[in-house]
Amino acid sequence: MKSAKNNSFELKNKTTLYLTAASAYIIPLILILMLAVLIYESIPALKKFGLIGFMISTTWNPVKNVFGGASAVYGTVVVTSLALIFAAPTAVGIAVFITQICPKQLKSSFSTAIELLASIPSIIYGMWGLFVLAPIMSSHIEPFLQKTLGKLPFVGLVFKGTPIGIDLLTASTILSIMTIPFIASVARDSFELTPKNLIESAYGIGATKWEVIKDIVLPYSKIGVYGGIILGLGRAVGETMAVAFVLGNNHKIVLSLFGTSSTIPTTLANEFTEADSDIYISSLFYLALILFVSSFILLSTAKYFSSRSKK
Amino acid sequence: MTNLKKRKITNIFFLTISTLTAFLGLFWLVMILGDLFIQGASSINWKLFVDDFAPPGFGDGGLRPAFVGQLIIVSTAFIIGIPIGLLGGTFIAEYGRNSKTAKLISTLSDLAGSIPSIVVGTFIYAVIVRTTGHFSAFSGSLALALIMIPVMLKTTENMLNLVPWQLREAAFALGAPYYKVIFQIVYKSASVGLLTGAVLSVARIAGETAPLLFTSLNNTFFSLNITKPMASLTVTIYRYAMGPYNDWHKLAWAGSFVITVFILLATLISRFIVNRRYKN
Amino acid sequence: MNDKHILKVEHLNFYYSSKQVLFDINMNIEKNMTTALIGPSGCGKTTFLRCFNRMHDLYKNNRYEGKIIYNGENILTMRDSINLRSKIGMVFQSPTPFPMSVFDNVAYGLRLNGIKNKAELTDRVENALMKAALWDEVKDRLNTTASGLSGGQQQRLVIARALAVEPDILLFDEPTSALDPIATAKIEELMVELKKITTIIVVTHNMQQAARISDFTAFFYLGKLVEMGKTDEFFTRPKNRQTENYISGRFG
Repeated sequence: MKSAKNNSFELKNKTTLYLTAASAYIIPLILILMLAVLIYESIPALKKFGLIGFMISTTWNPVKNVFGGASAVYGTVVVTSLALIFAAPTAVGIAVFITQICPKQLKSSFSTAIELLASIPSIIYGMWGLFVLAPIMSSHIEPFLQKTLGKLPFVGLVFKGTPIGIDLLTASTILSIMTIPFIASVARDSFELTPKNLIESAYGIGATKWEVIKDIVLPYSKIGVYGGIILGLGRAVGETMAVAFVLGNNHKIVLSLFGTSSTIPTTLANEFTEADSDIYISSLFYLALILFVSSFILLSTAKYFSSRSKK
Repeated sequence: MTNLKKRKITNIFFLTISTLTAFLGLFWLVMILGDLFIQGASSINWKLFVDDFAPPGFGDGGLRPAFVGQLIIVSTAFIIGIPIGLLGGTFIAEYGRNSKTAKLISTLSDLAGSIPSIVVGTFIYAVIVRTTGHFSAFSGSLALALIMIPVMLKTTENMLNLVPWQLREAAFALGAPYYKVIFQIVYKSASVGLLTGAVLSVARIAGETAPLLFTSLNNTFFSLNITKPMASLTVTIYRYAMGPYNDWHKLAWAGSFVITVFILLATLISRFIVNRRYKN
Repeated sequence: MNDKHILKVEHLNFYYSSKQVLFDINMNIEKNMTTALIGPSGCGKTTFLRCFNRMHDLYKNNRYEGKIIYNGENILTMRDSINLRSKIGMVFQSPTPFPMSVFDNVAYGLRLNGIKNKAELTDRVENALMKAALWDEVKDRLNTTASGLSGGQQQRLVIARALAVEPDILLFDEPTSALDPIATAKIEELMVELKKITTIIVVTHNMQQAARISDFTAFFYLGKLVEMGKTDEFFTRPKNRQTENYISGRFG
C-alpha cells in the first residue's frame, strides 16, 4: 500500500519536474530558433548583396529588386541616439529628484507616474505624435530652431528644409519620452543602493545636497546608470509603432533633422506584407536579423552592467 | 564667504534643474493622457462596441470586430503563455533553485522579454504564416504569447522566491512530495503575486501592434475564426489613424482611449495590490 | 538492543559537499524522554537534528556516513524518506502555518497519508489540537485562515499538525526563538506534557530552557559531541572542561 502510494508520488514528482523544466528550456530554445530562422531566411540577401555590402549600400529599390540596408541602419542610429541624448539627462534628473529631493510621501506616487509612461502602448505614442506633436513641431518648434540654431555655420545644415513635423526630430522626441521611464527606474534603483552612512558622512562634513549627489551618489552608482542608458538604447532600437507614424518611410540618407527617414523596425512594419519577391523578403529578414543581434548585444551589455552594479 | 555663497547657488541651481526634469516627465504624461482622454472620451458611444466597420467615408461605423478580435487574440495568447511562464518560473525558483542552468535561463528570459516585438513578428511569420500558407489570428496569439512568457516567468520566479523556504521544509517534514509542496503550499502562499503577475503580463501585450502586423494581419469583416486573419484593436487603430478620413481618426482615438484605460487600470491595480501585500 | 532506546546513532559523519561538519557522533535517544542539544552557534547541533528526518536530502552534495538505527533499520540508507518523515515529525524556529484554514493545516499530513474519511479527519484533527493545548482557542474558528492566529498559537498549531500523524519522535529546532516569554512558557509546558505520547529531541540556544524541559542534555562543539548526560547531573556536575566553560558562560 505505502510503497504504491510513494511510487505514484515519485511518478507525479518526476512529471512535474519534467514539465516545469521543459517550460523553462523553451526560453533558450526559442532564442536559438529565432536566430537560426532569421539567418536562414536572410541567406538569399546575404548571397546577393553581401554581409557588409548590404549594410553600406543605400539603394532600396523594390522595382529593380536591389536592396541595401544603409538608409534604415542610418535612420535607426540617428533616431535612437538623438532620443538617448534627450532622454538620458532627463531620466537621470528624474531619478535624482525621486531619490534625493522629492518629499517622502510623494515618492512612490511620483515613481508610479513616471513608470506609467512605460505602460502606455507604443501605438498611442505614435498616434499622439502624428496628431498632436507633429503639428506643434512644424508650426512652432522647428521654425524657431531654424531661425536660431539654423543660422549657425555647419550646425545649421541639420536644420535645413521645410519643417513638416513628420521627420527625424519628431520621431526622436517621441522615442525619448518612451525611453525615459526605463532609464529613470534603473537609475533610481542604483541611487538607492548608495550606502546611507556614506551620504550621511558627506553631509556631516558640510557638503550641500548637490555636492553629495555629484560627489557621492553619482560616482557610486555610475555603472548602474550606464546600464540603464544602454537598456534604454536597447529598448529604443526596436521600437516600431511610435516611430512608424511620424518618420515618413523614406529610404534616403538625409542630413537634416527635418527630413523624412526610416528605421529598421519601421521598414519591417511598412513593407513586410507588401514584399512580393523572395529577395525583397529576404532583405527584410536580414534587417530583422541585424536588429535582433544588435538589440541582443545592447541588452546583454545592460544586464552585465546591472549585475556588476549590484555587487 | 563668497565660496560658500557660490556653493549654495550651485546647489540651488542643480536641484532646480533636477526638479524641472521631473516635472518635464510628468508634463509628458499629463499631456499624452490628457489629449487621449479629451479626444477619446468624446468619441466613445455605445455604437463603438456594437457596430461593425463602415466602408471608408461612410462614417458612423463601430469597432466591434476589432474589440472581439483583440479579445480572442489576447485570450489565446494568455492560454498559451501564462502556463508556460508559470511552470518555467517554477522550475527556476524550485527544482532548479541555485543551479547554474536556472540562473542562465532566468537571465536569457530577461533578454528574450526585451527583444523587439517586431522581430518576434517576423519570426512567427517565417515559422507559422509561411508554413501554413496564410495569415491567422492564432499566429498573432503565438507571437504575443512569446512576448508574454518571459514576463510571467520572471514574476513567478520573484514571487516564489518570496515564499519563506522554511514553509517548504515544514511540508517536507510532514512527508509531502515536492510537487505537492509546490502546488498546495507554495502556489497558495504566492497566489496574490502570481495573479497580479498574470494581469501584468496581459497589460504588457494588450497594446502590442507590431507583432500582429504580419501574423493576425487584419480583416474588414467580423470574424471568430482563429485560423483566418482577424482584426485586432491595435492594428485597426494604426490603419484608421494613418487613413485620410476624419471619422476614422475619431474611431482611432476612441479605440486608443479604451485600450489605454484598460492597460493603465490593470497596471495600477496590480501594483497597488502587490505593494500592499508585500510591503513588509 | 536495549528497547528503552528508540534511536541509536553510531559513528555518524556528515559532509556539506567536501566540508565535514559532524565528526563521529555516537548517541542513544531514550523513548518518551526529551533530549536537548546545546552548543554555540555553528557547532552542528541543528545539522545533527536534521539528520534524523533526512532533511539534508533536499539539497545537493550532502553526504552521510555511519548509522542512525530506528526500528532496527538504518535511517540514513532507507529508500523511502517520505514514510520516515511521517514517523519523525519536525517543528521549526519560526511558526510555519500553511496558507490554508486551521483545520486543513492540521489535516494536511493526514491527507498526505491517504486519509479521506471526513469523520476520521475531524476526529483526529480535534484530538491533535487538544494534545497541542490549542483546541479551546480555535474550536470556533477551525475554518478561518491560520495566518490570523498569534505567533504562539501558530507554533502550537504546527505542533498539532505534526502530532496529527502520530509520530514516534518529534524534532524541535529552537521552537521558541521567535516567540515572546509568555508564548514560550506555554510551549515549554506543552513539550513536557508531550513526552507521554512521543519522544522529543530539541535544539536550543537557551541553556535554562534545556535545564527546564529536558531529561538528557548533549553538548556539541565544533561538530563533535563533547558530553552527554542526565540533565540534572549535566548542569551541576559536568565531566568535561569545555562543557563546564560553556555552561558557566565563559564562551559561546
